[in-house]
Amino acid sequence: MQTSAPVVVVAILFFAALLLPVVRRFSAAAVYPIALAAGAAAAAVSLWQASLVIRTGGPLVSWLGGWEPPWGIEFRVDHLGAIMSPLVTVVSLIVLVFARRNLGERLERRSHFFYSLYLLFTMGLVGFVQTGDLFNLYVFLEVIALTGYALVAAGEPRAPFAAFRYMILGTLAASFYLLGLAYLYGLTGSLNFVDVAARLAEHQDTRTAFVALAFLLVGFGIKAALFPLHAWLPDTYSYSPSVTVAFMAAVGTKIGAYGIFRVLYTVYEIGTHRQHLPVTEVMGILAAVAIVVGSILAIAQTDLNRMLAYSSVSQIGYVLLGFSLVNSAGITGGVLHVLNHAFMKSSLFMVTGAIVSRLGHGDLRRFGELGRQMPVAMATFTVAALSMVGLPPTAGFFSKWYLVVGAIQAGKWPYVVVILASSLLNAVYFFRVLESAYFTRRLDPTSAYEHVAAIRPLPLSVTAPLGVTAIAILLLGLGSWPLVEHVVRFIVPAGL
Amino acid sequence: MLAAVFGWYNYWVLSLLMLVGVYGMMAKRNLLKKLMGMNILQVGVILFWLTFSPKLGATIPVVDPSLGETIRAADYANPLPQALMLTAIVVSVATTGVALALLIRIHRRFGTLEEDEILQRMR
Repeated sequence: MQTSAPVVVVAILFFAALLLPVVRRFSAAAVYPIALAAGAAAAAVSLWQASLVIRTGGPLVSWLGGWEPPWGIEFRVDHLGAIMSPLVTVVSLIVLVFARRNLGERLERRSHFFYSLYLLFTMGLVGFVQTGDLFNLYVFLEVIALTGYALVAAGEPRAPFAAFRYMILGTLAASFYLLGLAYLYGLTGSLNFVDVAARLAEHQDTRTAFVALAFLLVGFGIKAALFPLHAWLPDTYSYSPSVTVAFMAAVGTKIGAYGIFRVLYTVYEIGTHRQHLPVTEVMGILAAVAIVVGSILAIAQTDLNRMLAYSSVSQIGYVLLGFSLVNSAGITGGVLHVLNHAFMKSSLFMVTGAIVSRLGHGDLRRFGELGRQMPVAMATFTVAALSMVGLPPTAGFFSKWYLVVGAIQAGKWPYVVVILASSLLNAVYFFRVLESAYFTRRLDPTSAYEHVAAIRPLPLSVTAPLGVTAIAILLLGLGSWPLVEHVVRFIVPAGL
Repeated sequence: MLAAVFGWYNYWVLSLLMLVGVYGMMAKRNLLKKLMGMNILQVGVILFWLTFSPKLGATIPVVDPSLGETIRAADYANPLPQALMLTAIVVSVATTGVALALLIRIHRRFGTLEEDEILQRMR
């Protein structure tokens, strides 16, 4: 069905981003409301178009400039887009509300630039998950990357260095993607997902197709922080502003996972039109190693931010493990985990931001009595932590359930062991935080933080987003069956 | 042997460029040299795309009536890689701009662009 809605979402965010620095010249007070309105409008339109996809059952397409697909650029929102696009805009909106009181004094003075970059970042993400053109994908990838570097660099004094390292690896990733795409274009002469997939059929087993696939996957693997390509992630997450990391951790690495899904299942049609390639086996092994190593490194951390960063390395492993199984349950689990993890991680990082803003540190050994001091924040943290561990009513249980089923169906018992063992490891590092916050007294009265006798209560603009994410985690868990039945089922390629 | 070198010289050159670029990004300890490596890699990839464009005996992709009534693709260079790489060049310029801005801030804070020294001072 043809509609201009996908373009509208991108356009709203783009023009609002351009408008903010101009608005600032006339009224500083108007900057935030306009950013919020743009975020809300984008979320509304993308939710509406998702409902349209579910009702009509087919992809929404819009042809930019009226050029038909193989020639022109196409925006194409299929069922995967119908999940990803609202996910991006809704999480963006939630974190935008959180940003109101959490930018910090230094950023607050230049908040118009920060919000402008934030909206551009969101625009890049939305465009990335909506486009149906491989080169357009590259352009949005770079929009995400460039705005992302700037958003990271806005953090503490060490942040620019972390951002620069991220940039070196990020550009390497983008260059690999572009290189792989060059092979693919040379082979098929086309750039549209669907068209390339159709033309690739006759070049099925050529070496060029394999080389292209390898470059594309390594490129997206770096973006997804797949072990051992994750080196950029921990520093980037620990030094960037809490607002940036709450959003970036939720959807940033998912971009790589989305790209890998598109390459494997939309363009190369692995498992349906093509034989299993060794590439999925390799990816599965790397993902399994990522799950274990990420969890172990997370246990070794004492800083909450860093712990969550390593936990992200582990969690992206679940998603890619699901995609590497090449069966229905595995893909379902992977897609659900993209969704669940986005809400869990943004929630956890927002809580961390709130804690750091009040305590002045993120050392999880010194959280004594925090459960009583910040009840809403710690309650949200508990819900998200239980979901990360994978306890039944929460969302995390259901994605892991599908992953385990997928691994069993694929006959890969080591992966079943990895998923279950990693739940235990998750429990170790999350319960450590909960124990510190709920069951320990403030031990050392001489320490600097003792003078924070009564912590100022969190404002509504912080507690509301936290509450929303906590509820979302529970709803995604309880509603996972209808979600699979009406949306995710159609993402799995027919025949798997 | 010579044919393999000269017949494919563009591929040799741009493979070399990409390798030099990746080497610079990964092995050099100076941040500015890393950035230079990044640019060299990008140029290599861009040149690789551009090798798809020209055809032997073809002209620029503007329809020329003197070539006959029917338009044959073989008569014209492929304009698409050039158009795409124009975008990629813009992206690479923007990336360089952001990178230089970051380097200025890093230098102001740490007084050096040597990675080892910065890591030491971050402790």
